[in-house]
Parts: sequence; structure tokens; C-alpha cells
Amino acid sequence: MSRQSLTKAHAKISELTWEPTFATPATRFGTDYTFEKAPKKDPLKQIMRSYFPMEEEKDNRVFGAMDGAIRGNMFRQVQQRWLEWQKLFLSIIPFPEISAARAMPMAIDAVPNPEIHNGLAVQMIDEVRHSTIQMNLKRLYMNNYIDPAGFDMTEKAFANNYAGTIGRQFGEGFITGDAITAANIYLTVVAETAFTNTLFVAMPDEAAANGDYLLPTVFHSVQSDESRHISNGYSILLMALADERNRPLLERDMRYAWWNNHCVVDAAIGTFIEYGTKDRRKDRESYAEMWRRWIYDDYYRSYLIPLEKYGLTIPHDLVEEAWNRITNKGYVHEVARFFATGWPVNYWRIDAMTDEDFDWFEFKYPGWYSKYGKWWEEYNRLAYPGRNKPIAFEEVGYQYPHRCWTCMVPALIREDMVVEKVDGQWRTYCSETCHWTDAVAFRSEYEGRETPNMGRLTGFREWETLHHDKDLADIVKDLGYVRDDGKTLIGQPHLDLDDPKKMWTLDDVRGNQFMSPNVLLNQMSDAEREAHVADYRANGTKVA
Amino acid sequence: MVDITDQKTRSFPKIEFTDSEAGALDFPSSKSRSYNYYKPAKLRATVYEDVTVDVQPDPERHLTQGWIYGFGTGPGGYPHEWTEAKSSNWHAFLDPNEEWEQSIYRNNAAVVRQVSLCLENAKRAGAYAGWNSAWVKFIERNLGAWMHVEQGLGLHVFTAVQRSGPTNMINTAVAVSAAHKIRFAQDLALFNLDLSEADIHFDGQAHRDVWRDAPEWQPTREVVERLTAVGDWCELLFATNIVFEQLVGALFRSELVMQISARNGDYITPTLVGTGEHDYARDLAYTRTLYQMLTRDETHGEANKALFGQWMSVWVPRCLEAAHALQPIWSQPAEKAITFATSLDAAKVKFRSLLEEIGLDVPKELDQ
Repeated sequence: MSRQSLTKAHAKISELTWEPTFATPATRFGTDYTFEKAPKKDPLKQIMRSYFPMEEEKDNRVFGAMDGAIRGNMFRQVQQRWLEWQKLFLSIIPFPEISAARAMPMAIDAVPNPEIHNGLAVQMIDEVRHSTIQMNLKRLYMNNYIDPAGFDMTEKAFANNYAGTIGRQFGEGFITGDAITAANIYLTVVAETAFTNTLFVAMPDEAAANGDYLLPTVFHSVQSDESRHISNGYSILLMALADERNRPLLERDMRYAWWNNHCVVDAAIGTFIEYGTKDRRKDRESYAEMWRRWIYDDYYRSYLIPLEKYGLTIPHDLVEEAWNRITNKGYVHEVARFFATGWPVNYWRIDAMTDEDFDWFEFKYPGWYSKYGKWWEEYNRLAYPGRNKPIAFEEVGYQYPHRCWTCMVPALIREDMVVEKVDGQWRTYCSETCHWTDAVAFRSEYEGRETPNMGRLTGFREWETLHHDKDLADIVKDLGYVRDDGKTLIGQPHLDLDDPKKMWTLDDVRGNQFMSPNVLLNQMSDAEREAHVADYRANGTKVA
Repeated sequence: MVDITDQKTRSFPKIEFTDSEAGALDFPSSKSRSYNYYKPAKLRATVYEDVTVDVQPDPERHLTQGWIYGFGTGPGGYPHEWTEAKSSNWHAFLDPNEEWEQSIYRNNAAVVRQVSLCLENAKRAGAYAGWNSAWVKFIERNLGAWMHVEQGLGLHVFTAVQRSGPTNMINTAVAVSAAHKIRFAQDLALFNLDLSEADIHFDGQAHRDVWRDAPEWQPTREVVERLTAVGDWCELLFATNIVFEQLVGALFRSELVMQISARNGDYITPTLVGTGEHDYARDLAYTRTLYQMLTRDETHGEANKALFGQWMSVWVPRCLEAAHALQPIWSQPAEKAITFATSLDAAKVKFRSLLEEIGLDVPKELDQ
């Protein structure tokens, strides 16, 4: 369809809307934002007549590639180190995708602009596409990859795992609370515009380098829909900026959304890219370098900063601090070490790091070896059962961390941990911003103003609380992370499948009592807690 | 000559043969190649089930930490309390159409091709030139008004409902209805545009006044607007797909437009409206399955039937009023191939039959 006829068609379609006089659509999901003075902004023009054939064509290419991968025996060359992490990633991502579909009526309810409603409805269908195409990719992995364990219980594992819960924020954040906070700022302005670059572009690059060209095929196809979504978000943001009353809320939401996305996405994708790859060419970009390109330059400098002239308060300090955490505070390395520490309660296997990996990390992140190298050597030494416990229960100079109450990634940069009594409970936070998110932002009042529509942090937020004071073997069994012989664990701290003696079983992990750091913290006296926290914070600067 | 001696050394990852194919080794779970966290309806799981079931988690199934975000006024996620209807197991509902992304795009792209080809052929054949003025007016006013119905339902009923259902299977089925409705509304609008540009006396803007002011269409507009105001997702889906679509939607599309167009020299409109009928047949299939599940629920079936009876006592009179108000348009075409009474009777027969399939009593209001 030519541009002229598309414009004409789009104008015609806009005639379909009308101002209701008998009743107005139910407001299921409220917002504290106001759009009374907002000028109408058009997103990208899209009509169903061109949309469906375009997407069908994209689908055909994806499914053709899938057939080709099977015929071409792609799995002969896939790195297990890489594909194991996909058991985690692909268990998480279909839920955020479908949540994005479910978020669209929230934005439609909140924004009085029919031009945008059309674009949001198209996005809804896109997101159904993304969720199901990703589930189908995972199904293909399960059917064709050497070790299907973990893929086979994917959605159950996602729903009961500590890492799944971290990822679940990325979906629940889209569909809950203030409609604009959730469906516009958190979902579209930050998650889609900034972080899909690392999720759907940078990570698939790494997949290809590890012999998996299906992940890039599927995710680049997904990413090709994102520009329309970004346009939807930008239009709503400009409308919100038109009213002065929205400014404090926008500032609040940009801070929350930016920081939470950083905490969650950089933790996960950073780990997959840095610790899931076998490609150790020195000229391949590290996650930090990718982040600088995709997030700092492409998003922050090219998208966010220009919005300052429209009055948006940009969280410059948090962008710089995210960069600081990635480059100087070892954020990704700490997360990877934490995931590896927790291997018995994972539904994927984590490969040990080798000398080649050490060289690469030291080259990309000078000082890496002195901080993390010894621990990974211990991980390698303790990889097999029989003579030792799982590494989390051995003395290797690593204290199991406190969980951040807000982002649920543990407080791994220990010197930054915040401990406060909030809502009558001692809670730990990975950072000042996560504390602010819980104590200030997600409340019914913000800076003296009523914010009844803002969301709340709910649920059993510390995963460890659910399993406090239980035997590790019972926890693993309860979670269902056991292979079909009824005793071998799905998670393993190595990739060796050829020798049953190397595979950990329930018996090998029995006898280790698992304690919740938060339960213990709340049982301490004031003096004990202060000493404990001081020691915990000091541990962050100590070389392991 | 191109100098080829000074080319940069290219850097690329080394491919390594890892023998990571299925079957390369035997070990525990090496043959565990099906999703094992849900029980498929039949012996072998379908692709639809695999890509849909449990993607939206539920604290009543595997979600151990509960929903981690809440609304200011209540729990987050997908609370079962967002409808008065009750089910012993919402997850038992599976879409009989088995919609997932491949089926959505294949089906809708096929419709787009059918519609596009039809409209191209109509232009080439000068098909509109043969329409009599009464028929041009009929299409201009009534099909023009109807496209608003499809748009309103697509955007403010189905798009809205797909946020609220307790399972991914329900919400995805409803999302597909939204796609159907919005696509169909746009097809009708673009047909309107074609007719405006054809060499006939067709006012492409007339639909706005008709929808906004014409007395015969106001009760229909009122029902559509009142539907969009319903907060209970299950009532909204019931009132729309079971009551409104049967007594007003199918009445207009199936029992009027599809019956009389050919007799008025129009072979284009039925092709378009037929796609809407096809969409509704699919949408009705899942709707029927869902409400059958609710009326047959061992624990809540009787309460659900009573609830649906209450909903019908509200929506059947409203929809019948809208249907009766449309009666004058049966007289507008030159060829009056069918009477309003015949059309309404046919719609009522199908409605009764649908209620019987769901296990509901025919409401007394239907005979008033």
C-alpha cells in the first residue's frame, strides 16, 4: 500500500470512533495522570489490511528457519553452556510478552486518543504473537536439544523459582497499578524502548555465536514489531507531558521504571551473555560494551535526553549509577555467581568457567580474577558429588545474600545494601532507589498528593521465606526439579551428562538445612542486626 | 584495480561441533520431551496447548510466591473475583479454535486476501455502477452505521476483556475476537472509502450522522455503549457474544445483509460481511464452550445458570429493543427480499438453540 493511500485509509479508519452519549466505557484500571489538556499525538499508522499479511510473511520466514534448523542439524553445533541458560530465559519471557497484550486496554482506558487506541490494539495482537512464538521456540528446543530437562517443566518452574520471580516483575509490572505507570512508562517507554535492545538484539547475537541461529530468527522477528510499540509509548508520553500536573508522576515513574528494568534485565541478560557464551574473542563486545551502545548511546542519549526540552525530568543519576554498577561494581558478575551458588534449586545446568573464560573476563573487566576467579575455581572443584556439599554449603568465602525486597535480585553489591523497617518488617534492599520504590513510590500518597491508583508491592517477596529451615533435598523435591528417574537433579554445576556418577541426586544434597536470610534478620536483636549488617556491607569490599 | 592486500582481518566466532542433539546420550530425563506441568485434553498435547497453557500463572496452580504487584484497591494479577461467575477450574477451558499466532495470521491474512481480491475485481468490473440508488443509500447508511458497532466491540469490549479473564486460554481467545472485530470494522470502513471514490452517488460521511442521530440506530448505539460500560468481564462476554451478537449482530449481518444483497445486484457486500460472519462463527464456538463449562460445573453450575438468567433479563430486552428499532431499514432496499418478522424469527430460533446448547432456559423476555 502506498504512503498516500495508507494516510487516506488511516484517516478513514479514524472515522470509526465516536463520542458516546448513553454510557462511557468502564474504567477498570485507573490512573492518577490527567490528559484533559493533552494534544492528540499520532503513533505510527498501521491498518489491519496490511498488518496481517505482513506478519504472516514474517511468520513464514521464522517457521522456514525452524524447519531448516532441524534439517541442518543445528543442535550438532549448539553450545550447551548457552542453551542451558535458555531454559531460564525462555521460561520467563513469554509471560512479559502476554502481559504486554493484557496491558493494552489499560492504556486505552487511560488515554483519550482514538488514534492511539488503534495502534495499541495492533500491539495487543503483536504481543500474543510474541508470547506464543517464543513458547513454540522453546518447544522446539525441548524436542531437539540433548537435555530437555528444565524445558519440560518450563511454566511450572517459572512460577515457583526464585529467578522466575525476578523475571515476573517484568510482566506483572506491565499489568498492575496505575495504568500509565504500568502500561506506558514501565512497559513501553523504558522496557520496550530501552531494554528490548539488549534482550532481543544483543542477546540473539550471542546465540548465533554459540551455534544457535533460531533464537536470532525468532527474536529479531519479534523486535521488528517493537518500533510500532515504541511509537505508541512516545505518543502517550508526549500527551502526558502536556499537563504540568503529570510532571511529578512522570519523574517518579521514570525513576522507578528505569531502575527496576536495570536491576532485572541487566541481571538476567548480562549473565546470559557473559557467562553463557563460549565465544571469547577479545574483540567481541562485552555486555558492558553492548550496554554502552544500546542503552547509553541509543536510548539514553538519543531518546531520553531530547525529551528534556519537553519538560521530562530524566533520571541522569540513575543512568550513571546503572553504568557504574555494571562497569565498576561487578553487578553482572555478582548475579552470575549468585545463580551458580543456587544451582541445586535451578532448572538449568551452569557450566564452570575455564582459563580461557578467566582471560577474557580479566581483559574486559580488569580486576575480575582477584574478585571472582577464586570462587569459580572453587565452583569447578566442587562440581561433582561424593566428597563435598553443594558450593552454597561449603566454606568458599561467600555468604548467601539478602534478597532485595523491591527488585528481588539479592543485595549483591553488599556495601550498598539498605536495611529499613518498612510496614513493620525489617527489609533489605539492593540500593537506595529500590528502598525508595517500596517506601515512597508505591504508596497511596506521593509528595503530598493522593495517588490512589499507584500499585503496591505484594506477595511472598522473599522466595527463601517459603523454604525456611527445610532440608535442601526436600526443597528440590517440592519444587519438582528432579529428573524422571525420581532422584537426579535437573540443575547441575557442570555439563557432563555422560557419567551418572557425576550427576547430583537428592541423596547427595540431603542434610543441608536452608535458612531464609530475611527470617533470620527479623529474629535478631537490634544489636545483632546492626553487627550483621555492618559485616555484610563490609564483605562487599573484601576480596573473596 | 582493487587493492586486496590490505584487508582487515575479519573476526568471527568459531563454530564447534558439540553433538548436542536429542538422543546423543542416554541419561535421566533424556527422553522427557513433552511439557509435563499440565494434562492435555487428549493423549497428546496440541501445539495450541503447549504454547498457551500456564503462560499466565495462577496461585491456584504453580505460582508459589503469589502475585508480586497489587492494585491500590485490591490484588493484582488475574483475580477470580473480577466476575460473579464461578468455576471449579477455569483452566479447563480450551479454545476449540486452538488460536495461537500462526492461526491468527494465517486466517486473517486469508481474509485480507479474499477481501482485497473482491474489491479489486469490483473496481475492475465497475460493479457498483449497477447498484440502484436505494441500495446505494442502504449501504451508505446502514453498513456505514454497522462498522461503528464492530469497532466499538473490538476496542472496548474484547480488547478490554482480554485483560481480565483468569486464564491465558480465555484471554487469548478473546484477544482473537478483538482482532477479528477491529479488522472487520476497518474492512467496512475501507469499503466505504472505495464506494466514496467510485463513480456513484455515495456519501462516505453519511455514516457518522446515521450512527449518531438516526432514530433506527440509536437503540443499537445505546446497547453497544452500555456494553462497554460493564465491569464484569464474564457478563460482558456473555452479553456481547451470546445475546447481542445473536439478536442484533446476526440479525443484521446474517438475516438481512446476507439475504438481500444479491437480489439488489450487489455481490460485493456479502463477500465482506461473510468474513464477519465467519469470524463470529469462530468466536461463538469458544464462547459456547466457555459457558457450557460454566453451566455444567458440578459445584457452581446451578448458580451460574441463575446468574446468566439475571444477565439475560437485563440484556435481552435491550437487544430486542435495538432489533425492533432497526425494522425500518428492512423497507429501504428496492428489492425487499425478506421481511423483518422473518429475519427476527430466524435470529430468535438460533438464539434459542444456542441457549439450549449452553443449558440455559429461554428467557421470558424473548417472547415479549
